[in-house]
Amino acid sequence: MALKPSEFKTDVHNDWCPGCGDFGIVNAIQMALADMGVQRDKTAIFSGIGCSGKTSHYINTYGVHTLHGRVLTFAQGAKIANPEMTIVAVGGDGDGLGIGAGHFVAAGRRNVNMTYIIFDNGVYGLTKGQASPTLKLGEQTKSLPSPNTNYNVNPIGLAVASGFTFVGRGYSYDIRHLKDLIVQAVKHPGLSFLDVLQPCPTYNDINTRDWYAGKDLMEEAQSRHSRIYKLEETGYEPTVHYGSDVEVNEKLSQALIKSLEWGNKIPIGVFYKNELITPYTQRLQDKIPNYLENPPAKQNISKDGKSNTDISKILDSLEV
Amino acid sequence: MTSVDFTWIIGGPQGSGVESGANIFSRVCAEMGYQVFGKREFYSNIKGEHSYFAVRIADRKIHSNVNGVTLMASFDAETIFRHYDEVVYGGGIIYDSDLEDTSTDKVHTLDAPFKERLHKELESKNKPFTISGVLEIAKENGVSLFPVSFKSILETLAEEAENPRLKGLIRMFNVIGVSLSLGLVKMPPDSLQKTIESIFSKKPEIAKINQVTANYSYNYATTKFASFNHTLSGSQKEPHTLLIQGFHGTALGKMASGCRLQPYYPITPASDESVFLESNEILQIIDDRPGSTAVIQTEDEICAMGMTIGGALTGTRSATCTSGPGFALMTEMLGWAGINEVPVVITNYQRSGPSTGLPTRHGQDDLLFSVFAGHGDFPKIVYASGEVEESFYDTGNCFNYAEVFQVPVIHLMDKFHASSVMTCKRFDSEKISINRGKLLDKVEDGYRRFEFTEDGVSPRSRLGIDNGIFWDTGDESDETGHITEDPVLRVKMMDKRMSRLDLILNTIPDYEKAVSYGVEDYTIISWGSTKGPVLDAVEMLKKEGISIGFVQLKLMHPFPGQYVRSLLKEAKTIIDIEANHSGQLGKLFKQNVLRDIDYFILKYTGRAMTSTEVYESLKKIVQNKAEKREVLTHGA
Repeated sequence: MALKPSEFKTDVHNDWCPGCGDFGIVNAIQMALADMGVQRDKTAIFSGIGCSGKTSHYINTYGVHTLHGRVLTFAQGAKIANPEMTIVAVGGDGDGLGIGAGHFVAAGRRNVNMTYIIFDNGVYGLTKGQASPTLKLGEQTKSLPSPNTNYNVNPIGLAVASGFTFVGRGYSYDIRHLKDLIVQAVKHPGLSFLDVLQPCPTYNDINTRDWYAGKDLMEEAQSRHSRIYKLEETGYEPTVHYGSDVEVNEKLSQALIKSLEWGNKIPIGVFYKNELITPYTQRLQDKIPNYLENPPAKQNISKDGKSNTDISKILDSLEV
Repeated sequence: MTSVDFTWIIGGPQGSGVESGANIFSRVCAEMGYQVFGKREFYSNIKGEHSYFAVRIADRKIHSNVNGVTLMASFDAETIFRHYDEVVYGGGIIYDSDLEDTSTDKVHTLDAPFKERLHKELESKNKPFTISGVLEIAKENGVSLFPVSFKSILETLAEEAENPRLKGLIRMFNVIGVSLSLGLVKMPPDSLQKTIESIFSKKPEIAKINQVTANYSYNYATTKFASFNHTLSGSQKEPHTLLIQGFHGTALGKMASGCRLQPYYPITPASDESVFLESNEILQIIDDRPGSTAVIQTEDEICAMGMTIGGALTGTRSATCTSGPGFALMTEMLGWAGINEVPVVITNYQRSGPSTGLPTRHGQDDLLFSVFAGHGDFPKIVYASGEVEESFYDTGNCFNYAEVFQVPVIHLMDKFHASSVMTCKRFDSEKISINRGKLLDKVEDGYRRFEFTEDGVSPRSRLGIDNGIFWDTGDESDETGHITEDPVLRVKMMDKRMSRLDLILNTIPDYEKAVSYGVEDYTIISWGSTKGPVLDAVEMLKKEGISIGFVQLKLMHPFPGQYVRSLLKEAKTIIDIEANHSGQLGKLFKQNVLRDIDYFILKYTGRAMTSTEVYESLKKIVQNKAEKREVLTHGA
């Protein structure tokens, strides 16, 4: 019987700041897991370091709270060893796009079948609000001594360029929409990425909930009540259907162009989706014929306490 | 019957087939019943720089190289310039007569410091700066010279086979060099033909050309060369002898021990192991369907270590293989594995540091770094193998230690191991036992991953089993794995983890901690690949009636201080031998055994020790003529 979202909650005290956007994300993850009817003990949440890193402790599945910037490395190793697991990796934008940017790019190339969610708020909250990789050049959030001197990373653009095969963006105050996105991302056969805009109420006084709601935009706010709009409501078609070079390039370029929209109009939804690229586990299966049926974690490695691996053929070839 | 102890050296530019030449020579000798010990030296370079292979063969078990070369096969000028002075009295040099007039200035890969030393030597002997110059010195040293035009050998072959293409096949120079050598020492020719056939078994046409060339060159040596003092006619072949390279021990050990995930990042001299594992990724399993090792090339060593831990969390025996710089990148994760009690094995094929150091050269520089790797206090094991044969069995132990004690294990190997070739007894996987400690297959309700237990080790669940849910975190945690900053719980958790160190010392049998080859008034302590040269040097001294003890340390952390102290009770003088600058084992020894080291024999040229130079230093020590710190320098 499928579990309720509440059954994916732990009783660990949640110490995020009141009003933190992270609450919406963790709720959406729990709702999505319940929605998909996953088994708790066949699911693992891997998290990085920072406020978002605590996510794994709040979700009642296997939870692995890893190191700053390294969450994808642990998560991929687990998935490759046990491809039966449903794996969701989470982390902040500093974690994934600053210190962990190298792993982000490499993970895209690998396309391991799992989901990566970035809690994107433009600041390093837990260290008191320094500029993170998605903060725009020249912006000065509350605790910065001077305006940000770095250009920002474009998470969607970077994901698309790195080979992620499902790329989307959600907003932490639109939980239902985010939940649907997470369901799609987890079901996607390959590496899916969600950039989730998440206001930090304590340190980011620029990209606040009110800012996302467009309260400063007098006229436009009246018509849309938000800076944020949904791609799917505009007829945007993110999916690669045939896989020809022309089609793939077109969809990639379209996603990249969309990812550059910011300011008064911010798109959320699925930017790019390609199910035709083989996931990494399939690439392993292609060279190890029984990999999926007998993956590393399932293999029996001993008999009566002794090695059961027969290396005699290799030894024969080395014998003189 | 006089005993055989013969060292053959082949050199040439990187990429010219030096390694395959040495491979053919080693195989032929092993086939003919000799024991083989060879080592490869090379620059950090793909093509052009000087590389060489020194193969020592004997009719008894040997563990190392010696200083002197009996026969050198050279097909380029640089090999002669660099090694002419290593050939012993009564030895020989086969060289390309077309090179006689080549001067040092024509060899662009001779680096300035070497050239300066060579010029000084030639000047002092009043010789020209040419091949003829150095060969004259060799001749004066009692070395026989065997000139032959490699080009004309190819020309003759081309004519005889009516195949003009052969004329330009300078790739064959290595086979010519090997075959001339074997002809000169009158090694029975069948094994040469057989070896070439088996090496090129997948390319019959190439095998054919090589065989023709080998045959011609072999006969050339037997008929045209003057006679040579040394003959090799074969020895009693031990049944079930392997001819292996350094990485075979840990690679095959990993397969047999049930390692099923190996993420890695390319680095010299460690990558060969991973490449070998991937080349043999599908495994035959007794009474079961085939198994496999997932070998994953990652974007860096950090990812390699992260994936290894991720794999271990699923209950998979997981390992990575790296060298010093890569291991340095892994250390933050090592602490994570420590606090989360994750069993992983990190095979560290050390090389000369610091930083990039001498990237393709030998060093035992990472002992202290391994023992102290990672920030914070956490239990780990550092284990060092002495010889390649033993590394096969040690790999099995390392995985058992990791799982029984739930700690990361650093298995120290090094570059000397990695690029050695040797004969040894066939590995016996029946001797590999598998002990998975408290790993669970089934979990009851109310499971807590970090439960306090009597022995300080908690039952270990794995990702994906029913009821087995746990949390891991790099933060301090409670028994379920959730974050805590409670000071009382912190102390309990810290004590629980660190109690593992005593448990390790009390559980691992003494013979796996350290191996005594006898304790005498003068006793050596050493670790890692230095064991080989030490064993041979001790043997040499024994023949002269000088008995020196030797204790090989294997469990480097936690250090078995008490056991080693009791072992060395009768030793009056302690000699520490290792391949680094600061005598790293000596520091651990002093800290844990509470005794001073009396003499150090150290080497940090980046080249492995030979038994000859260890022998010489030991002799000086016994004769009371040694410095406290003997520094070895042999080798180009």
